[in-house]
Amino acid sequence: MSMNNVGRPTRPEAANDAPASHATLTGARGLLQDEALIFELDGWNKTGVDLPDAAAPSDDLAGLLRAEPIGLPGLSEPEVVRHYVRLSQKNHAIDLALYPLGSCTMKHNPRLNEKMARLPGFSDIHPLQPTSTVQGALTLMDRLAHWLKTLTGMPAVALTPKAGAHGELCGLLAIRAAHEAAGNGHRKTVLAPTSAHGTNPATAAFVGYTVVEIAQTEDGRVDLADLESKLGDHVAAIMVTNPNTCGLFERDVVEIARLTHAAGAYFYCDGANFNAIVGRVRPGDLGVDAMHINLHKTFSTPHGGGGPGAGPVVLSAALAPFAPTPWLVHDDGGFSLAEHAGEAGAETAFGRMSAFHGQMGMYVRAYAYMLSHGADGLRQVAEDAVLNANYVKARLKDVMSPAFPDGPCMHEALFDDSWLEGTGVTTLDFAKAMIDEGFHPMTMYFPLVVHGAMLIEPTETESKQELDRFIAALRALAGAAKAGDTERFKGAPYHAPLRRLDETLAARKPRLRWKPVAAAPLAAE
Amino acid sequence: MRYLPLTPEDRVEMLGAIGVKSIDDLFVDVPASARRDAPVDLPHHAGELEVEREMAALARRNRSAGEGPFFCGAGAYRHHVPATVDHIIQRSEFLTSYTPYQPEIAQGTLQVLFEFQTQVAALTGMEVANASLYDGSTGAAEAVMMAHRITRRGKAVMSGGVHPHYVGAIETLAHAAGVATTRMPAAVDAEDAVIAAIDADTACVVVQTPNVFGTVTDVSKIAQAAQAAGALLIVVTTEAVSYGLLKSPGEMGADIAVAEGQSIGNGLNFGGPYVGLFACKEKFVRQMPGRLCGETVDADGQRGFVLTLSTREQHIRRDKATSNICTNSGLCALAFSIHMSLLGETGLRKLAALNHQKALALRDALKTVPGVEILTPRFFNEFAIRVPKNAADLVETLANNGVIAGVPFSRLDAGAGLDDVLLVAATETTLDIDITVFAKALTKVFAQ
Repeated sequence: MSMNNVGRPTRPEAANDAPASHATLTGARGLLQDEALIFELDGWNKTGVDLPDAAAPSDDLAGLLRAEPIGLPGLSEPEVVRHYVRLSQKNHAIDLALYPLGSCTMKHNPRLNEKMARLPGFSDIHPLQPTSTVQGALTLMDRLAHWLKTLTGMPAVALTPKAGAHGELCGLLAIRAAHEAAGNGHRKTVLAPTSAHGTNPATAAFVGYTVVEIAQTEDGRVDLADLESKLGDHVAAIMVTNPNTCGLFERDVVEIARLTHAAGAYFYCDGANFNAIVGRVRPGDLGVDAMHINLHKTFSTPHGGGGPGAGPVVLSAALAPFAPTPWLVHDDGGFSLAEHAGEAGAETAFGRMSAFHGQMGMYVRAYAYMLSHGADGLRQVAEDAVLNANYVKARLKDVMSPAFPDGPCMHEALFDDSWLEGTGVTTLDFAKAMIDEGFHPMTMYFPLVVHGAMLIEPTETESKQELDRFIAALRALAGAAKAGDTERFKGAPYHAPLRRLDETLAARKPRLRWKPVAAAPLAAE
Repeated sequence: MRYLPLTPEDRVEMLGAIGVKSIDDLFVDVPASARRDAPVDLPHHAGELEVEREMAALARRNRSAGEGPFFCGAGAYRHHVPATVDHIIQRSEFLTSYTPYQPEIAQGTLQVLFEFQTQVAALTGMEVANASLYDGSTGAAEAVMMAHRITRRGKAVMSGGVHPHYVGAIETLAHAAGVATTRMPAAVDAEDAVIAAIDADTACVVVQTPNVFGTVTDVSKIAQAAQAAGALLIVVTTEAVSYGLLKSPGEMGADIAVAEGQSIGNGLNFGGPYVGLFACKEKFVRQMPGRLCGETVDADGQRGFVLTLSTREQHIRRDKATSNICTNSGLCALAFSIHMSLLGETGLRKLAALNHQKALALRDALKTVPGVEILTPRFFNEFAIRVPKNAADLVETLANNGVIAGVPFSRLDAGAGLDDVLLVAATETTLDIDITVFAKALTKVFAQ
């Protein structure tokens, strides 16, 4: 029972007269403030940083100085804190509730890793200071590499790629360099299943390869006969995700690798779903030549509202010589870095992918995560992730329609929208209604091979109680949809900070920045 | 295991609900030859205290910038980051959220991105900016690819002042896509030399200001020459604080402005994660790489923000996408934006002036050291000096004496014949005593 400010118990009954959905006068909704843009807070002459005065710039820079105002607002520290805390309250987060985005792996981010990444010995070192002064950092990179190689059963790893898609680029460039070195530069085709992540064909096209799709079998796997018919002297590589984007393990993966190698092509594995098999299966044992590992997925570095990621790529012996610079080199004097292609230690490197050595901040977090789990814990991670997904699938299969009902799934459970047929409710509507119930929706309309796809990935860091809460919510919603309560779905969300947003309008009349001269408010036509 | 909520009893009960006997039954699709019955050969799990000890031992073996005199720049800069920045980016709602695919419950992240885009557009003097890329160097490479798409021409021309590692990142991407590159010889003060290399097949000209030697250049003339020839001008900046003092790329006629945003809100972190700033003229927006956030309204007519123009992106366009990029550098962009909001125009201008002043003090001190030649004629907060010996050896010697003297140019470009060139930077974190100690140490080494 709550108390009011004069110490008397409140009486909720008294509020029953008020309409249920009474709009407020200020736009705020209880704890949720209606927060203006930073540009609208009248901070044109303020600052939240105290700095000593500086002398006027030297004459050397005459004619090179900014003449006009920049147009940047500033605020005092308390105002800045309030602005961002108010905004933060309009975000869903894994720390708040289950976040079942299939293929994205929203798992708990341990705070120990944040603390470790902030040790000055890691956070306050410069990428180009003498290598003799950063032996601890280089040792950490070497140990991280050792863990990644051991867990994947692969002989080499390129740490520098900055995200999964950057890792794909790294892998394909290594493959291309290997083909060119062997006089096979004419191989210009990449095969990828229709269910692939969009980054796979985008990356292949980016490096000048033509993408040909591989068909899928009825049970959601690569069609071996179709693959075999499309392999040939023109194929540079195949790109296959395993476990695949339907949440299934490619049963014939060893045969896929054999056929690929027999045709003279390389096997690029999209490792986005490595979290399902870490510690139980080593991709090296499956015949993979290159695979990126999303440290922000499998090894739980925070997603931060869309990055930064990190996408180290493990490489087979055939591809290892072509890995990008810088390379970590070890000799009697300790660790050093071979920075330039052609330099001793990096003779055949295909080049450089970015200015420095990759996402060190993510290496620190991932390594702390690995040490915490250990070999035994990482195996348990995979097992619990798979167990949780199968549990969700088992508990929902009678009210929703699993896309591949036979056999177990891996770390994510895929449903199609056939169970919504005739209800007037779409996958999108269903997802928006989940928001009202306090859950982030699952991945929708991906993979493309399943109609109205709903891909649920609970991850291993959800308790059974939270899973049961989630399952109960989805069962209740499924019941409501089938009972004809379409209004609950069509207008959803009703209880989020905003109602459904007009994405078409945003694309048709792009307004990509605030402007000093107020434009007329946008309105749907 | 502290991060795993399931109990042994839960697991048994859940296996029962699924209708299988053991966890192995859920891994039946794995070929028998690849199943591992035991954990891999790595240490077992460890408690928080043990992990902390091991990590701290590694951290102690690095000499952090804050420990003493420190003058490294060349694309990464040590600045003071207000405590507020790190506090806010560690809020659960920012730290542990995903890409804002469901805008109704991601308005926090989306409004921040809209504000970030506006701040970056203002700083660069450009019409539009995206929601960030991985870092400055990959941004530069993406800019070249964008110019190639817009002009349908096959060559990029780079000045001798572009950071050699940026050149490397550009070459990797450009060559993979069949775009040729020409790079002018490394030169302290010759951005204008690119003009002579522009021809009818030139898609873009890439220049840097302040350049890798610290030289500040008005690139207006290059912009005119490039645009007259139907090419785009890409202006790269590795020190974002310089925007507070110097003419912006937009003012000088840039078509695309790219920068490393690390200096604002983000620590050195041994090279990453950083945040790439990317801005361009509005007419090119549909060829831009990366995420964009835009304003719209919700079903009740309330203002809100969404990711937009995604028909450029890989998840929609697949092999026809403008880029394969799937993530931005969200949390680093947030840090940038918070720091920028704290600074404001007043603070940024002051910070920039302070940086310049510290660098002038450094120059004046080094000028008095016998044997040192100042090479950079006009600079913001870093410059190049010529020393009477191998710069890499010198840096090593000084490091043994507690001074991190800067970046030998040979570390960036081993083949330029500039082994006696050292790049030095000063920021608001540089103390007068640091400068004195550096000058004295140099004098002593040269006298030996």
